[in-house]
Amino acid sequence: MDTFKSKLRPSWVVVAILIITIFIIVLTRSSETVIEEKLQEPVKSIVKTDTSSFSKHKNAAENENCLKCHGQSKYTYENAESGKSITKLMYAELIIDRALFYESNHREFKCTDCHSEDYVTFPHPGNLRMETKANCIDCHGGDEQYAKFHFENIDTEFQESVHSAKHSEDFTCWMCHNAHTYKITARTSENIKQTITYDNAICLECHGNLTKYQLLTDKQNPNLIVKHEWLPNQVLHFQSVRCIECHTKKMDDSTLVAHNILPKTKAVKNCTECHSSNSILMAALYKYQVKEVRSARGFFSSIFASESYAIGANRNFYLNMISIVIFGFVIIGIAIHTVLRILK
Amino acid sequence: MTEEKIYLYQRWLRLWHALNALFCLFLIATGISMQFSNPKVPLIRFDIAVSIHNIFGILLTINYLLFFFGNIFTWNGKHYRISVDGFYHRLLSQFRYYTRGIFKGEHPPFPVNKELKFNPLQQFSYVIIMYIMVPIIAVTGLGLMYPDFIPTQLLGISGLHLTDLFHVIVGFIISIFMFVHIYFCTIGKTPVSNFKSIVDGYHEPH
Repeated sequence: MDTFKSKLRPSWVVVAILIITIFIIVLTRSSETVIEEKLQEPVKSIVKTDTSSFSKHKNAAENENCLKCHGQSKYTYENAESGKSITKLMYAELIIDRALFYESNHREFKCTDCHSEDYVTFPHPGNLRMETKANCIDCHGGDEQYAKFHFENIDTEFQESVHSAKHSEDFTCWMCHNAHTYKITARTSENIKQTITYDNAICLECHGNLTKYQLLTDKQNPNLIVKHEWLPNQVLHFQSVRCIECHTKKMDDSTLVAHNILPKTKAVKNCTECHSSNSILMAALYKYQVKEVRSARGFFSSIFASESYAIGANRNFYLNMISIVIFGFVIIGIAIHTVLRILK
Repeated sequence: MTEEKIYLYQRWLRLWHALNALFCLFLIATGISMQFSNPKVPLIRFDIAVSIHNIFGILLTINYLLFFFGNIFTWNGKHYRISVDGFYHRLLSQFRYYTRGIFKGEHPPFPVNKELKFNPLQQFSYVIIMYIMVPIIAVTGLGLMYPDFIPTQLLGISGLHLTDLFHVIVGFIISIFMFVHIYFCTIGKTPVSNFKSIVDGYHEPH
């Protein structure tokens, strides 16, 4: 008993490991969820907006002529006959959120670049309702400035997709890419999580919203949680990959984001498509980073290391080599020891 | 007349040890299958491997608690308390025995008795495995099972990835330990006597 003090009590080590783990978790869990919450915030009623912060944009002043009515939930006009000032609610789908518009890809556009000049008169002429709207390819097709985005290939992929095949021309680019708010994320996001949240929100806008879903069909939208019940760690998957990872087919390597949405029966269901060293995520979700990082550092597995992780796909060449060598030595060591024991 | 057998391994300890071995085998097989998953040559189908690994991981953790509290509440725990004074020299002399003495037919420097179940090398490796490695693999395993509790970023890399790295490296160390452990069990009175001991609890001195 006199040696009691000089003895290490192993159970203390376990307690220490637990305390350190809890400490690390508490210390480092915090900021990350804020972005996600913000992106998922429901659209609020826009009543009064301070427009001064948008004035740096080229056409902001001119656009205010439209946005003074279309920029918020209500608008006021003067009835020329009665002389009364009348306030009405703006149709929700006609409201343009300035904050989102001036962050979008089209932020430097004039409203009348895409919409008829005749809209400058109020009340707007009735025939303008029949105005046909331009699609992505109408402006971006054949434009050298946009060659790197391969709009033509995107269009070809889209034509093959179940969206296009099932809904013909009713399904336009705008169904997913809101002309007034859309911004590319795969090339610009600071982290992949941001891209995932943004891109999945595009799918959920219809597939998670019956009213919008029924714009093109009379059917009920399937419950995504139930449909994906087979998927282990469902929440984590939804946070870590985009819907299109499994629901598209890559047709050619030029485009960054696959646009050929597959029928549900053809979606990827085999775990090892992603969870293997030849993970399809490398050609999809991580494609941009893989290309960039590979050219910069020549070590492409680092993208998984820094941003994400998938069992079976995160393999470190050196770690594998070291483990094989150690295992080999152990087996050889045991063999030699056995032989020497027999020979003694 | 041989020396009398010593009752060294109580029933709860043998139960724990058997279950621990069984769970470890399942965990190693499914773990390797997931880590080196290949769509063309699936060792064990990925989703099945995930389920088995999860279930046996939980069972192993529960079983570990049996070991942990068993060692606190019975005298078995004393075998894991290392006397720091002179430990290095005892370790060295055991190492010398295994690398040289054993081939010359020398007697082991620390023969097993009721007070000294483990030789210094066993004591050292068992403490590292049972009180450092297993808790780490259990904690990281639970983290991977409930990833919401893992910080998303840690030291500039994905927290999930770091946790996985720990889990896999420690899994590898434990697997290596298991190989060596099983081999060293053949060093008994006869090559199988130690395997008999873990079933009936009696150690045969040699």
